[in-house]
Amino acid sequence: MPTALDDLFIKTKKENRAALIGYLPAGFPTQKESIEIIKSMIDGGVDAIEIGYPYSDPVMDGPVIQAASEQAISNGVGVDEVFDLLKISVAYGAPSVVMSYWSPIEKYGVAKFAEAILSAKGSGVITPDLTVEESETWRAESDKNLLNRIYVVAPSTTSERLAKVTSECSGFIYAASLMGVTGTRDAVSANASSLVSRIRSTSNTPVAVGLGVSTKEQAKVVASYADGVIVGSAFIKIIQEHGAGRSGLKKVKKLAQSLSEGVRDGR
Amino acid sequence: MDSSILGHFGPYGGRFVPEALIAALDELAAAHLAAQSDSSFQEELNELHKTYSGRPSILTDAKRFSEYAGGARILLKREDLNHTGSHKINNVLGQALLTRRMGKKRIIAETGAGQHGVASATAAALFGLECVVYMGEADTKRQALNVARMKLLGATVVPVTQGSKTLKDAINEAMRDWVTNVETTHYLLGTVAGPHPFPTMVRDFQRIIGVEARAQVLELTGKLPDAVLACVGGGSNAIGIFHPFIDDKNVRLIGLEAGGKGVETGFHAATISGGTPGVLHGTRSYVLQDKDGQTVESHSISAGLDYPGVGPEHAFLNDIGRAEYRAVTDDQAMYAFSLLCKSEGIIPAIETAHALAGALEIGNELGKDATLLINLSGRGDKDVQTAAEYFGLPL
Repeated sequence: MPTALDDLFIKTKKENRAALIGYLPAGFPTQKESIEIIKSMIDGGVDAIEIGYPYSDPVMDGPVIQAASEQAISNGVGVDEVFDLLKISVAYGAPSVVMSYWSPIEKYGVAKFAEAILSAKGSGVITPDLTVEESETWRAESDKNLLNRIYVVAPSTTSERLAKVTSECSGFIYAASLMGVTGTRDAVSANASSLVSRIRSTSNTPVAVGLGVSTKEQAKVVASYADGVIVGSAFIKIIQEHGAGRSGLKKVKKLAQSLSEGVRDGR
Repeated sequence: MDSSILGHFGPYGGRFVPEALIAALDELAAAHLAAQSDSSFQEELNELHKTYSGRPSILTDAKRFSEYAGGARILLKREDLNHTGSHKINNVLGQALLTRRMGKKRIIAETGAGQHGVASATAAALFGLECVVYMGEADTKRQALNVARMKLLGATVVPVTQGSKTLKDAINEAMRDWVTNVETTHYLLGTVAGPHPFPTMVRDFQRIIGVEARAQVLELTGKLPDAVLACVGGGSNAIGIFHPFIDDKNVRLIGLEAGGKGVETGFHAATISGGTPGVLHGTRSYVLQDKDGQTVESHSISAGLDYPGVGPEHAFLNDIGRAEYRAVTDDQAMYAFSLLCKSEGIIPAIETAHALAGALEIGNELGKDATLLINLSGRGDKDVQTAAEYFGLPL
């Protein structure tokens, strides 16, 4: 049975455009404000939402998301807030997934975690540090609960391994545009398009590109070759600079609108 | 899937890392495997041990200290006498050789007490490699002498200001650097934790401690020791001395963890004694974490043991009952520290003092007929400031 995320990529394919995917850690800067930020992102045209599970040791994240996660954790954000926000985001109209390092999922209980995602009507989970070799339990539980399993691949991933990892993915394949951590960059790495074409030669699953995308122009370039464009740090930076009051939310919505134009101008 | 290829120890170990690092970990595992069966690699490493770091390290019969340990015979494996002052050099020389074999020109390392950072900076100087050491800002303050040593050796020391500003956060920053620069850079991890192949590879480079000590004890006493003791933070000196004794079923293997202010207070770094199974820094093992899987800050007077994780092989040895792990408080460790200074004329590292406190306890349990082998993993020059403050000595 297709998830809401699967349906989204069918729809965007028909519209001949890439999907815009927005990321926000749960409870940043507070749980109440994160709800408003997600709504502003969706109002501005973000098609799908990634709810980040703030984790104490985020080795794949740059300073912006690290700081946001630390703030959320110090506010006492945990698994309940993640599932609440997921529920709200889905109810507001966007297919939504959780992005979480493996430690919190294993601690909560893999089966229980998968069931909770399903009952919040989430589409799936992005697991940035779970290797396919360690995925046996996750494979079984995500299948049982009809969830998309989204792994992250990188420019350094060998073609042999790319075939193995992407065959385990559904919903979309998360292609890291560069060798590095999350964060805004001046330009999207040229490695991204060659990685996407390597993925295309081995898998028919939609490919979304993340890491370093923050502007309309960058979104447009990525949308010309990818099925999805992922933006995270750029939204968080707005809140860090302007707060989550009316002006911050307005800026979030404006960025979403401009990125949304970008993904439509790409082809 | 062959589980040994993935570095599992029962349910522990494995790889929990971003996909971006898999190619580098595979390359490293292959280089390690090839080196293990390459006599020219082993010869070169042995030559470095002999002519650079000063191996084999000697065994000292600690007769006066023994009086405080129930009269048990206390044999000290003197890793403190190695070049750079601890067992860390054993692993660093091995990995530096591998770095050269892989054609990489830059190494990065994390350090807590600074011993591994100093050893890494030393090897980088010896091999002409660029070296960047990540060190928690809190640790750069309590181990200022080692920061200066690293700089003298030509390394760049980056103080890490994120999170708890200690070893755990230094590892996070090193991993982020590695993800970004993996093509040119080797991450010279200092302990038996992290993703495969690190727990296996670092163990293999540290096994020399136990191999030498086992032969030395046999030669000196005509029998195997009753127990082998070592302090455990990440666990590299402990696994190094334990591993060659694993098949000697009558030899007890005892790891001494940092109990801080007491495991019951929550202010400790005794991961096996006071933690639960979980995932941290790329491996599954015992971890200090809360109900949401967030890592909890550890506490110890010893910077080198102040880590909320532990090597996966120790977790496994604990669960199958082959090794036992006990916690030693800051106060117990500092008592043993002072005792070794005054009874034997040896100033140990505060990390090592935890093993010595264990020796006092186990010696009194087993009595005068017992022989205990203790890994004296490092010397205490770097700890003089901390010790002076602890004992209230004017500086």
